[in-house]
Amino acid sequence: MKTYTYTEKKDTRSGFGAGLAELGRTNPNVVALCADLIGSLKMEKFIEENPERFFQIGIAEANMMGIAAGLTIGGKIPFTGTFANFSTGRVYDQIRQSIAYSGKNVKICASHAGLTLGEDGATHQILEDIGLMKMLPGMTVINTCDYNQTKAATIAIADYKGPVYLRFGRPAVPVFTPSDQILEIGKAIRLTEGTDVTLVATGHLVWEALEASKVLFEKGISAEVINIHTIKPLDEKAILESIAKTGCIVTAEEHNIFGGLGESVARVLALHKPTPQEFVGTNDTFGESGTPAQLMDKYGLNAVSIVSKAEYVIKRK
Amino acid sequence: MPNTQQLKDLTIQVRRDILRMVHKVNSGHPGGSLGCAEFFVAMYQNIMNRKEGFEMDGIGEDLFFLSNGHISPVFYSVLARSGYFPVEELNTFRLINSRLQGHPTTHEGLPGVRIASGSLGQGMSVALGAAQAKKLNGDHHLVYSLHGDGELQEGQNWEAIMYASAKKVDNIISTIDLNGQQIDGSTEHVLPMGSIKTKFEAFGWIVLEIEEGNNIEAILKGMAEAKVKTGQGKPVCVLLKTVMGHGVDFMMYTHAWHGKAPNDEQLAIGLAQNPETLGDY
Repeated sequence: MKTYTYTEKKDTRSGFGAGLAELGRTNPNVVALCADLIGSLKMEKFIEENPERFFQIGIAEANMMGIAAGLTIGGKIPFTGTFANFSTGRVYDQIRQSIAYSGKNVKICASHAGLTLGEDGATHQILEDIGLMKMLPGMTVINTCDYNQTKAATIAIADYKGPVYLRFGRPAVPVFTPSDQILEIGKAIRLTEGTDVTLVATGHLVWEALEASKVLFEKGISAEVINIHTIKPLDEKAILESIAKTGCIVTAEEHNIFGGLGESVARVLALHKPTPQEFVGTNDTFGESGTPAQLMDKYGLNAVSIVSKAEYVIKRK
Repeated sequence: MPNTQQLKDLTIQVRRDILRMVHKVNSGHPGGSLGCAEFFVAMYQNIMNRKEGFEMDGIGEDLFFLSNGHISPVFYSVLARSGYFPVEELNTFRLINSRLQGHPTTHEGLPGVRIASGSLGQGMSVALGAAQAKKLNGDHHLVYSLHGDGELQEGQNWEAIMYASAKKVDNIISTIDLNGQQIDGSTEHVLPMGSIKTKFEAFGWIVLEIEEGNNIEAILKGMAEAKVKTGQGKPVCVLLKTVMGHGVDFMMYTHAWHGKAPNDEQLAIGLAQNPETLGDY
């Protein structure tokens, strides 16, 4: 079994900051906007190097989305930065009308997604954003798993024409994907090959799925781990090819099971190949205060939970 | 450039277009559209520096954003009669498979439209973004926007109004259609807003007033003055006092025709009050 290791932990938001800084040097049309969260979004380097291409909007996310839409009309490629909660639910209608329906080339970059925002609690921990954004016609939805992938995704979406929602997080997590990768939007990455169960994970749960696969291996269960960074458009082929071998699947995400990656996968399976599926995600609940590790444990978003669901779904075959 | 009489003739034809468009589909918003007929004609025929044809980026020309998208009939009529698309297409307003959706959109590729609007309160932010893009591009043309007075009840406007002066966006002229009416009644009845002039000034804007917003000469003069005020480190606001339903006597001075189409008889009266000038579509 192919195994993954890491030498350091870094936050995915710093990957965004690094990718944005690189874009600042390579793409003169890239501009950045922030609603009073520069430090949280790690946008300092871009701002330092390109002050004229940065727009501090203040605490006014609705205005930020509209300004971003307007900037595209001069050929700019705006990257907006704020927390996931304020990037989606707070400004849904602005995104819907001024960006998605208007077909504007805006990159909505959202940090602090999910429970791992931690101590600030449920007011700031959105677990519904993937659902909100994937429902918007024409919106691409990406949720990256580590620093390197987030940096690669940030660079990749600048070259893609159309609205994108890029979701990443706050805590330092293992860096296990290559630093020189080029992210291909809509193309899943098979991390391990297996024959007994498919584990499809996105965001912070990808590393947990890899950890789970090691535990399962020791138990004599061969798990195929797929890293779905792009939730929409979904790489249906990769999922169907994998379940053709394994015959069952567990989806894992730091998001409500209502409206998340799991439901997108279930639709694919229902249409093409009905297959036993189990869901790792929050179950119709808000989060709460706590450390990221405590919260992921309490809400069952970790390797232990993935192992348990995998063992169960195999029995359902 | 057309003379004043030609602009007046076009305005009357636009009024006919508006009435016939909403009558045909028995829906749409004639009141605000009629009230802004002179403004749109003045903007597209005289005030704005426009290029031939249509490119979304609008580099090297003035841009216009309609925030109160429900007055799409006047927008469509003036766009068509300014050469953006065939006037015959006005026949398709609000019909299935039309580029002339109930509220303006870029989604169907209608030339002249750069943003979807209709969900109120979003247009000024978009216009500000376009204005800042012009500055980045070294493009010295202006960005214009139009907003309803009732629309200012939406909070996003005030985020944008605060931002515009803070960031010295001085290449924008935002016009407020002060017709004093909204769906449920007069703005004084629904939600009195006090002095809009004082509010904009307190937010750091230069404010000009056009008292006769249905007088084409007054609009030309007022907007020319507004242009002179740009480039001075402050955004510019024009308060345009109009009469909702202007030009059709029974539609004036009431909110009743905000979103209601005339019947056959009412259409005939309205058209008789606005005799054909340039030819119906």
